[in-house]
Amino acid sequence: MTFTTGELVRAKSVDPPHHTRLPSYARGAVGTIVRPQGAHLLPDDVARGISAPEEAVYAVRFTARELFGTGDHTVTLSLWESYLEKP
Amino acid sequence: MSGDHSDAPIAARVRRMEHLLEQRGLVEPGVLDETLAAFLNRATPMNGARIVARAWTDPVFRERLLVDAQAAIAGLELSMGGGLRVQDLQVVANSEDEHNVVVCTLCSCYPLALLGPSPTWYKSEAYRSRVVREPREVLREFGVDLRPEVGIEVWDANSEIRYMVVPNRPPGTENLTEEQLAALVTRNGLIGTALV
Repeated sequence: MTFTTGELVRAKSVDPPHHTRLPSYARGAVGTIVRPQGAHLLPDDVARGISAPEEAVYAVRFTARELFGTGDHTVTLSLWESYLEKP
Repeated sequence: MSGDHSDAPIAARVRRMEHLLEQRGLVEPGVLDETLAAFLNRATPMNGARIVARAWTDPVFRERLLVDAQAAIAGLELSMGGGLRVQDLQVVANSEDEHNVVVCTLCSCYPLALLGPSPTWYKSEAYRSRVVREPREVLREFGVDLRPEVGIEVWDANSEIRYMVVPNRPPGTENLTEEQLAALVTRNGLIGTALV
């Protein structure tokens, strides 16, 4: 699945038993793709010794209100495609 | 399982590895220290400051920097290399109505080649957990008192992409040379925890 700039996405709500770079504070939140950021190996696979091709990474912008229920700022994270789903 | 990174066990492992490599003749004693020192000599906030000064004086460079930072900094003979691999870089610019600030909530990812070793507070649990939730308050503690109408954009360097901030050019600096402008830029300004 590929996403385009401006598209709404949801960070998956998962708590895997292995290493991941999907911070817990963003899980389940809906944000907007603001920029493609190339392709990188998925850290979840690398940490488990799983060999897989590089995966697309996107800058995804969330409002503080969406993440924390309060605040007037935004937070932008870099999220691998596997961390994202259609909202 | 994204938190909990204590430095102590890994440091001990690194020292042990280094000792074994030297003992088995795979690495000359002292070479790792020299290599590290050579990298750190080149890795200083002056690199970031030079990039900012150029962006302040050259609109074409600035535009390119914000779109493709790697290519732009190559023109200043700078790169994100020097470590195990070349790191990706994205540069974000402050404006009159938006302020950017960088954090790595998972550990301490940082554009080392352009800013030098990161300050201790950047790696602290307090900064990492608070700046994403209440950046206005955290910035105030750094002495950055933003007008309420200035929006704050926090960048979490949770992946392989490293971030650097271009602060606003201070007023009254129209007559300064690029070198003089670079001297105004601080490491904290490049992270977003200072205005310049």
